[in-house]
Amino acid sequence: MTKGMLKYFKKKIFWFVITFIAAVILNFILPRLMPGDPVNAIVGKNISPGATQEQVQEQMAYYSHQFGLDKSLLGQFWDFVKNAAKGTFGVSYSQYPRLVSDIIGSSIWWTVALQLPAILVGWLLGNLLGAVAAYKRGIWDKGLMPLTLFFSAIPAFGAAVILLVIFAVGLGWAPVNGAYDPGMIPSFSWKFIASVISHYQLPFWSIVLISIGGQAVGMRSMSIYELNADYVKYSRFLGIKDKKIVRYVFRNAMLPQVTGLAMSIGSMVGGALVAETIFSYPGLGMSMYAAINSSDYPVISACTLIITIMVLIASFLLDIIYAFIDPRVKAAQFD
Amino acid sequence: MKHTLKNVFHSPRFLVGFIIFMTILLTVLIYPYFVTRDPLQGLGKGFLSPGTYVSVYDANNTGTYRVELPEADDNRLESSLPVKDRQTMLDYLKAMGADVTGLDTSNENFHQLIEVWKANYSDADAKAKKYEGFSTQAKRNELRRLNNRLSTDVSVPMSVTKGEGDSATVSTVATSDYVKVTEVANAITLPLGTDNFGRDTLTELVKATGISLLVGLLAGSIATSLGLLIGLLAGYIGGVVDDILMFICNIFTVIPGFVLLILIYSALGTNSRSITTCAIIIGITSWVWTARSVRSQVISLRNRDHVNLSKLSGHSLGRIVLTDILPYIASYVVMAFILQVSSGILAEAQLSMLGLGPNPNELPTLGLMMNWSKLFGAYTSSNAWWAYFPVILVIALISFSLNLMNTGLDQVFNPTLRD
Repeated sequence: MTKGMLKYFKKKIFWFVITFIAAVILNFILPRLMPGDPVNAIVGKNISPGATQEQVQEQMAYYSHQFGLDKSLLGQFWDFVKNAAKGTFGVSYSQYPRLVSDIIGSSIWWTVALQLPAILVGWLLGNLLGAVAAYKRGIWDKGLMPLTLFFSAIPAFGAAVILLVIFAVGLGWAPVNGAYDPGMIPSFSWKFIASVISHYQLPFWSIVLISIGGQAVGMRSMSIYELNADYVKYSRFLGIKDKKIVRYVFRNAMLPQVTGLAMSIGSMVGGALVAETIFSYPGLGMSMYAAINSSDYPVISACTLIITIMVLIASFLLDIIYAFIDPRVKAAQFD
Repeated sequence: MKHTLKNVFHSPRFLVGFIIFMTILLTVLIYPYFVTRDPLQGLGKGFLSPGTYVSVYDANNTGTYRVELPEADDNRLESSLPVKDRQTMLDYLKAMGADVTGLDTSNENFHQLIEVWKANYSDADAKAKKYEGFSTQAKRNELRRLNNRLSTDVSVPMSVTKGEGDSATVSTVATSDYVKVTEVANAITLPLGTDNFGRDTLTELVKATGISLLVGLLAGSIATSLGLLIGLLAGYIGGVVDDILMFICNIFTVIPGFVLLILIYSALGTNSRSITTCAIIIGITSWVWTARSVRSQVISLRNRDHVNLSKLSGHSLGRIVLTDILPYIASYVVMAFILQVSSGILAEAQLSMLGLGPNPNELPTLGLMMNWSKLFGAYTSSNAWWAYFPVILVIALISFSLNLMNTGLDQVFNPTLRD
């Protein structure tokens, strides 16, 4: 590792840390600005109808203490940071006394296993389609591109609904909701895995379909731009074979798409989370949806914080990969 | 300027996008003059499928005309007992071993089929014995429902009676009597049916499209002007201002805008979420990319000769920005604005789908309509395609038209991309 590279990584890590701190602070402050008292809600739900004023007071004090709401704001923040560092994120309001980490721990892997492959496959297919459209032109370009543009305009939840209605409700090829057959207990049996796979199809393809469009459009313009570049014309004059030129062209056109992937992961996660709620897929999106509907702010905070961290890590990794594969960035950043 | 506009409107992509967008916009503006109904007014209970609804009561009291439709009888039979049900009956009769020679599902043999059915079928029998092909509970329930319908539905020409309890026949309705829909006192055409609240979906959709466009435009304007302002300041002034602004920018870049939206929005509570707050919040969480691009373009412009000349001539900062910098980035800003509008509409829809949308009691938005159709099972149990499909189509058409305009502009302003 050269000195320049070290400096580059140091700078990246610095930003990573700063943003992380900002995200933690935002996650702490924003939910606490909301009107209404969570303790009121939970006491109102749990207390017996004939309770006296003192009993209510006692209950309120008990839950305030349990949630740490009787401390100063700074004290609460310290609790929040401690809980986040421990990885428990405190207790959930709506599913008291369940730990937030327990709720999230059971949902996060569904989201990761669904979205990461879907976004990558969508990205690969989209880029392939865009490159072919740019290179072949003709029918590929004229016919396929407007179609792709239209498909990319369909919002993630729209694509999810259409797939659900056609393939699950209409044709009955796939289950309507959930991640596995509700009658099964998660285990490593073939039956369970088959059930998971059949439930996986629709959410997966709905995310793939919508990410193809945007990537194809971007890749097409980048490829056309590169195909018209001077170095391509010069290589053609020199009589270098088209096959060889194309390899360079697409490598160059891919580069901005790699950053594009980092950028779009952030926005894609939002759309994909909404798609999860349509299929009642038990991932982070569903946890968040349930938490929003029951004003469970510790869970909302934890979900958003975890999504932020996942996006942070993804873009950090991509930044590093990008720096390695693009010599120009390497030259500019590392020295 | 005139030349640029002419070029822009010569781009086929831009033109197609522009026409789609203007069609949507004009529909939103003109429709309320024709249908003055309140878009949130409930007309009935639950989902009604698209079609014309005629009051049965009023139809009876409307003057009748004699019309002889050649296939009237067939249609009547078909609507009271579809061929599909006749096939089920036939299959069941066959399965239980009844004599079905000469029976089929045609209209000629309709009455014969009913007679044989009535002679052979009994609920108790269907319940007790599991004939081949009718062994599941669902199949047998279907048979029972079918039989119940037969004993009540298949009726001969009805007679109109006068009031309750009074069975004196006032007039007899012949099978060839027709009423004219426009003469019936109460008839309504619902091209897209009604939603779960019984609201006319088309009227609601038009209103919702208008509101969502407004949200998009407002959010887009806020995001673009914030991005432009911050980009210009950071890029042109530079130094410490640039450092601070870019610091904020960097933080906002990495925290997904959607996450920020969810946090701010859940902090607000349903009642304080008006359409305007919704648009403002979407606007202030999505300016970052515009600011970054504007900044980098301004930096490359800052040291150009014509800007330096202006500086030497003692022009004020405002004038330099307005005359020497803005015109060069104007095309980019317009394109960014178009994309911001489209992503603003999408952001509203996504928030509403999560139950974080604007206050649902005030005005409909496209996102709220999607959320309602989800909550009330329009995709699954009710199978009411008219409640959600048009909404998805409108959202897709709006973003499609805006994206087309954007790529059209891109081709005009960046000649290398031209075909």
